[in-house]
Amino acid sequence: MLIPKTESELAQIIADAEGPLSIQGGGTRGMQCAGSVLNTRGLSGVSIYEPGALTLVAQAGTPLAEIEAMLAAEGQRLAFEPMDHSGLLNTTGTPTIGGVVAGNISGPRRISVGACRDFCLGVRFVDGTGRVLKNGGRVMKNVTGYDLVKLMSGSWGTLGVLSEVSLKVLPAPEKSGMVVIHGLTDAGAVQAMSRALGTPYEVTGAAHAPQGSDGQPITMLRIEGFEESVTYRAKALQKVLSEFGESSVELDQDRIASQWRWVRDAKAFHDHDGHVWRISVKPSDAPRLVRSLDAKAVLYDWGGGLIWALTAVDVDVRASLEKDRGGHATLVRGEGFARFHPEIPPIAKVSRGIRAKFDPRGILNAGMMEA
Amino acid sequence: MAAFRSFLRNFVNWLYFFTNVYFGVTTMEMPEPDARILARKDRIVARLRSVLPPETVISELSETRAYECDALTAYRCPPLAVVLPTTTQEVSDVLRICHAEGVPVVPRGAGTSLAGGAMPTADAIILGVARMNEVLETDYDNRFIRVQTGRTNLSVTGAVEEEGFFYAPDPSSQLACAIAGNIAMNSGGAHCLKYGVTTNNLMGVTMVMMDGEVVEIGGAHLDAGGLDLLGVICGSEGQLGVVTEATLRILRKPEGARPVLIGFDRNEVAGACVSDIIKAGILPVAIEFMDRPCIRATEAFSGAGYPDCEALLIVEVEGSDAEIDAQLSRIVNIARLHNPVELRESGSAEESAKIWLGRKSAFGAMGQINDYMCLDGTIPVSELPHVLRRIGEMSQKYGLGVGNVFHAGDGNMHPLILFDANKPGDLEKCEAFGADILRLCVEVGGCLTGEHGVGIEKRDLMVDQYGADDLDIQMAVKDVFDPKWLLNPAKVFPLASSASRRAVSR
Repeated sequence: MLIPKTESELAQIIADAEGPLSIQGGGTRGMQCAGSVLNTRGLSGVSIYEPGALTLVAQAGTPLAEIEAMLAAEGQRLAFEPMDHSGLLNTTGTPTIGGVVAGNISGPRRISVGACRDFCLGVRFVDGTGRVLKNGGRVMKNVTGYDLVKLMSGSWGTLGVLSEVSLKVLPAPEKSGMVVIHGLTDAGAVQAMSRALGTPYEVTGAAHAPQGSDGQPITMLRIEGFEESVTYRAKALQKVLSEFGESSVELDQDRIASQWRWVRDAKAFHDHDGHVWRISVKPSDAPRLVRSLDAKAVLYDWGGGLIWALTAVDVDVRASLEKDRGGHATLVRGEGFARFHPEIPPIAKVSRGIRAKFDPRGILNAGMMEA
Repeated sequence: MAAFRSFLRNFVNWLYFFTNVYFGVTTMEMPEPDARILARKDRIVARLRSVLPPETVISELSETRAYECDALTAYRCPPLAVVLPTTTQEVSDVLRICHAEGVPVVPRGAGTSLAGGAMPTADAIILGVARMNEVLETDYDNRFIRVQTGRTNLSVTGAVEEEGFFYAPDPSSQLACAIAGNIAMNSGGAHCLKYGVTTNNLMGVTMVMMDGEVVEIGGAHLDAGGLDLLGVICGSEGQLGVVTEATLRILRKPEGARPVLIGFDRNEVAGACVSDIIKAGILPVAIEFMDRPCIRATEAFSGAGYPDCEALLIVEVEGSDAEIDAQLSRIVNIARLHNPVELRESGSAEESAKIWLGRKSAFGAMGQINDYMCLDGTIPVSELPHVLRRIGEMSQKYGLGVGNVFHAGDGNMHPLILFDANKPGDLEKCEAFGADILRLCVEVGGCLTGEHGVGIEKRDLMVDQYGADDLDIQMAVKDVFDPKWLLNPAKVFPLASSASRRAVSR
C-alpha cells in the first residue's frame, strides 16, 4: 500500500506509477479497483477553521470524525449529512473527508441545503500525470475560471487524487423536531412530502419507509432551528398535512437523530442479502417506478426523489427507468451491472474526453465510472 | 452591385476596427479578426439566413452596433453578424453552420455582463437568446420550473409567485439579466448566504454543443449519475456550449422578512459583529456592509436616514413575525456588545423598505458623483478590516475615490472606484487601481471575482490566482467540449495562455 505523507510525495508516486492505482481514503465505500492501493490517510489535518466565516480547509485524508468533532465544538456541522457506508457494505475503516468529497456523499438534508458538491469551495489534487493542481479557493463566492471543484466532487478519484479540500460549513441548529405520519401509501406519502417541502417551514428531511421498524408505513418530516421556531413550525406543518391523516410530533433529540441515521445509512437493508440501488428521480415519478421495480424493500428519501431499493441480484432497475423521464440509478452494493448509470453517447464522449485529459494514462481508479 | 456593397461593408468594418484600435476606444487586447472570415461575410450571412427567419439575422453595421458591447461599455467592437434564434433547433442550426465555417460564436443573454462576457470580436457571430423567453413547464409538486434561457431572472420568479414560490438567485441586475447569462457566470446576489448561487439552484440544462449536437444534462431529478458536467457548465462563461433551456429549483417564499440596521464607528467592529452573529448559530438571509464613503453618497442621493458612521450593516432574517422578532432580538443583543452607534430594527414593511433604500441605490448614488467601475473580488470575511484599510491607502495613492459595498456574510466585495471617463488617463488609472484591489483579494486568500465572472475584464489577472498548470487543466476541459475553440474564445483565459489553442481554429 502506498501512503504518501505529503502532497509532493503523492505527486511523485503518481508521476512514477507504472500501472493502475486504486485510490483509497478510509476504504469504507466499497470502491476497490485493480492496481496498487494508494491511500491518502497520510495527508491528514485541518489547516484552517474559521467558525465566523463558516469555512474549513482540511487535507484529504483527515478522518471525517475528527472534522465533525471539531465543528461540533463550535456548534457547527457539515450540513449535507454524509452517510456512513460501512454498515451497508460491511466495511471497516475510518471515513475521510477526501472520500466524502470524491464521492459527493450527501444524506437526507441534501433535499433542503444541497449536496456535498454544493459545500465544496476549493480543491487541491494531483492529476494522472503527477501535476499538483488547484481550483476554487476558500471563499464562499467564487466564479474565477471554470468550476472544477464540482467536477472533482463525485468523480470518485478518476480525474485526480484529492490532497486538500475547503468546505463551507453551517451552524448546527439548536433543536430538531419531526412530524410523523403512519400508514400512508407510497403515492400518498410522496404527495404529503411534496406538500411539506412546498411550505415555508424549511423541512430539512422528508423520508418514507413503506416498512418502518415496526413493519408499518412511516413518513417522517424533519424541522430544525431555534427551539421556538421548531415548535411553531411543527404545529404549522401538522395543520398543512391534516388531510393526509393523523400526525404526531417527535421532539426527543436522540430518537430523532437515530431515526435520520437509519434513513441516511439505509439501515433497513444492512442485514438483508441482495443488491442495493440508489435511484435519483423526479419525486412524483417515484411511486410508479417502485411498483415496476420488483424490489424486496424500498426506502424513499429526498421527498421521493431518492429511492433506496433492495433487489434480487438479477434485477436490472435501470430497465424500469423510462428513458424519457430522466433519472439515474447507482448500484451501491452488488455486482453484475455497471456501478454508475450509463451515460447517453454524446455525454459519455465528453466524460471520456475529460478523463483522457486529466488522466491520459488511465491509471486512476481505471474503469470505475465507465459502463 | 452586390459585390460592391459587400466591399463597402467590409471596408466600413475594417475602418471601424482600426479606428477603435488606433484611437484608443479599445485598450483591451483582443485577438486580431480573421481576415478570411471577414472576407466570407456574405456567404456566412446567407447560410445563416437559409436556416433562420430573415429578420432574426442582423448584418448591417448600423444594427450590429447595438451588440458591440455589454454592460462593460469601455470596450466595443461590432460583430460580424447577430442571430436571434427562437428555438433550440435554430440554435443548433446556427452552431452547425458556424462550426463548419470556422466562425467564432459569442453567446449573449441580455448583455448585462459587467465583465465583458458578451463582448464580440469583428469576426464573431453574436448568438443572442433574448427572444427565447418562454416558460416551458412549472411543477410545484416537484418544485422546479423549466424555462428558455433568454427569460429574465426576475420574470422566472414572476412566473411562480402567484403560487407563493420564487427563484432564489437575485443578482442586482435581475430585472434585465437573462438566465442564460446567470448560468454562464454562475451569478449570485444579496441572498445567497442562505440560498446559494446559480449553480446551487440549477438542476438541468438543454445545451447545444458547438458542433450543433443537442444534449440534456440533469433535469427534474437531483445530482449527476456520472461526472458532474452541469457543475462545470455553470460558470463556464459560454465557452462550453449554448444553454437554451434550464430546469431551475423554485422555493416557497418565506412567511416574511425584516432587516435590522446597525452602525459602527470602526470597520473592525462591524466585521467582528458579523462573525459573532454567524458564530451564534444565526444564518441571516443577507448581511450587507457599506463603508463611510458609500454611506455618505447614498445618504445624499436617497435620504434613507443612514447615520454618518464608519460602517453600516444591514442584516435580514426570515420567518413568521414571531420568528423574525426572536432572531432580530438575538442579533440586536450581539450587536449591543459591540457598542453600535445606531441600531434600528424594522417593525414593518415601510421601515424595511427605508432601511434597504440606501443600499439598493448605492450604485446609482455613486454614479451621481462620477463614472465608476464596480469590482467583485471575494475575501475571507476575517480579512475585511485589513482589506478596507489597504484599499483606503491605494485610494490615496491613485488619487481616486472608492466606496465599498460588501456582501459581508460571504466575503463578496463590491468596491466602486470613481473616475472621470472624459479625463484622459483616468480610466487606465482606475483599471490599475482595480487590478491592485483584486490582487489584494487573492493575496489574502480570496479570489478575483465572486459573481460577475472573468470575461475580458479580469482575463489577464487570472495568472495572479492560478498557476500555468491550473489554467491548462481548465482549458483542457474546453478542448473537450469545443476542440476548435470557437465559443467565446478570447474570454476567461489570458490571451497568451490560450494562444496555441485558439490557433487551432485558424
